[in-house]
Amino acid sequence: MIEIKKVHKTFNRGKANQVDAIRGVDLTINEKEFLVIVGSNGSGKTTLLNLVAGSVLPSSGSIRIDGNEVTRLQDYNRSQWIARVFQNPLSGTAPDLSILDNFRLAAIRTKAKGLSIGVNDQFKKQVKEKIATLGMGLENKIEQPMGTLSGGQRQALTLLMSVMDDCKVLLLDEPTAALDPRSAELVMRTADKLIKDFGLTAILVTHNLKDAFTYGNRIIQMAEGEIIEDLDDKKKTALKQNDLFDWFA
Amino acid sequence: MDYYLTALLQGLCFAGIALGIYISMKIFNIPDITTDGSYTLGAVVTAKMLTHGQPEYIIIPAVIAAGALAGATTGLIHTKLKINALLAGILVMTALYSVNLTLMGRSNIPLNNVSTIFTLINFSTDPNHNTFWILLVFVAVVTLIIGYLLKTDFGIAMRATGNSESMIRSLGVNTDRMKITGLALANALTALSGFLITQNQNFADINMGIGIVIVGLGSVIIAETLINWLHITSVWLSLVLVLSGAVIFQFVLALTLSIGVNPNLLKIVTAAFVLIIVAVPRLSFKSSE
Repeated sequence: MIEIKKVHKTFNRGKANQVDAIRGVDLTINEKEFLVIVGSNGSGKTTLLNLVAGSVLPSSGSIRIDGNEVTRLQDYNRSQWIARVFQNPLSGTAPDLSILDNFRLAAIRTKAKGLSIGVNDQFKKQVKEKIATLGMGLENKIEQPMGTLSGGQRQALTLLMSVMDDCKVLLLDEPTAALDPRSAELVMRTADKLIKDFGLTAILVTHNLKDAFTYGNRIIQMAEGEIIEDLDDKKKTALKQNDLFDWFA
Repeated sequence: MDYYLTALLQGLCFAGIALGIYISMKIFNIPDITTDGSYTLGAVVTAKMLTHGQPEYIIIPAVIAAGALAGATTGLIHTKLKINALLAGILVMTALYSVNLTLMGRSNIPLNNVSTIFTLINFSTDPNHNTFWILLVFVAVVTLIIGYLLKTDFGIAMRATGNSESMIRSLGVNTDRMKITGLALANALTALSGFLITQNQNFADINMGIGIVIVGLGSVIIAETLINWLHITSVWLSLVLVLSGAVIFQFVLALTLSIGVNPNLLKIVTAAFVLIIVAVPRLSFKSSE
């Protein structure tokens, strides 16, 4: 589904503060694979995720998504395949817009935003039914501005928004880093369920080793812009949580 | 009473600027001061075409196109050259002064012997009442179009662009293009104010736009204060409040003149008034915390 070949990314090339964030990464992520990426700060895992999303373009190398060459495509052009959940709950939703309007935009992620009114009674009903599946009681608040909700509620809704339109790849960039443990668990369980129900290919970047242990069917560790560990489903299942802690010892 | 009728008519003429600033400042979160130039541009295009005997139905699209072009230029400079929006606006506004002067060929074009939109249509025998009705219809039509636009999928994407750029990019919107479109729209509306004012006052002047951006800012800030105070989320009500803001702003100026304040001090009164409406909500909120 995603093929990353010989990708390098250098920031501030030729300046005193030059950073080689990604150094020749080769990575193929198969369809319906749920890849977890761990690594210390500055290891390049978020840059790698941004390279897939298109918000950062590679210095060299190539990236293909679903058989399409996307190396030079901007993030807004890759949205036809990719949905994202950001670390900051504020980044994935528009706080001043109603929940309904946020969902409307998500429902036309892969389509043109035209000059017709798409928020009608039928759409409202559809959004209410979707939100009710979260069991958070938010289905009666769809006219409220998104900003009135808590971070956990917003992350859960962002996840739900990602499957409002045709979605192949789901990118999760430390989605629970800003949340309390209970909300974090709810968000991760919702993500896991959606990934299974919709057969998504997913990438989770996380610092939470318990989440890295619990979720996903492949795990890689990054350090200094390179992949230093790569465990498939079988090896990951055999992995013990303490082994993971040892990676960072 | 005359002061207030004039103020009402002026306020309606300035509705375009108010809506334009509302779009650039509140919806896109971009401080755009191309306004001074695009307002005069709208007036100049109107005066020039009227004196050449062009009909209104050709002048209106020409004014909209001229304003949109000015706004799009600011948008291009801001997004493609990554130049601060305020500076981009100042550059275009400064350049427009020469453009306007070249178009006019002199610093003032009188429209005394030309028929304007206000003499063309007759709702009432009283010229002031007639002007009022024409303005009301004109502003209502413009507001309906903008209100509808903001309700569409495109409009929601516009509102999200100023609110959460990372989100709307991940949902497939080219935010650069969206900002250029938004600034074009905002300045097209501003140019429409120039179109109306010129025909209301029967002349276009090269200096008529200097400092006009404060009229839009003042109107939007009045509206914003009311929107926050009344907890309004409806797009339609917000637009109506922006229009009311434009009229209230002119009423305050009329009040200042009618109580005998020296007209030379009008700009300082304007600045003080805007400062007060910005400051008062902050002061009262602070004490309640």
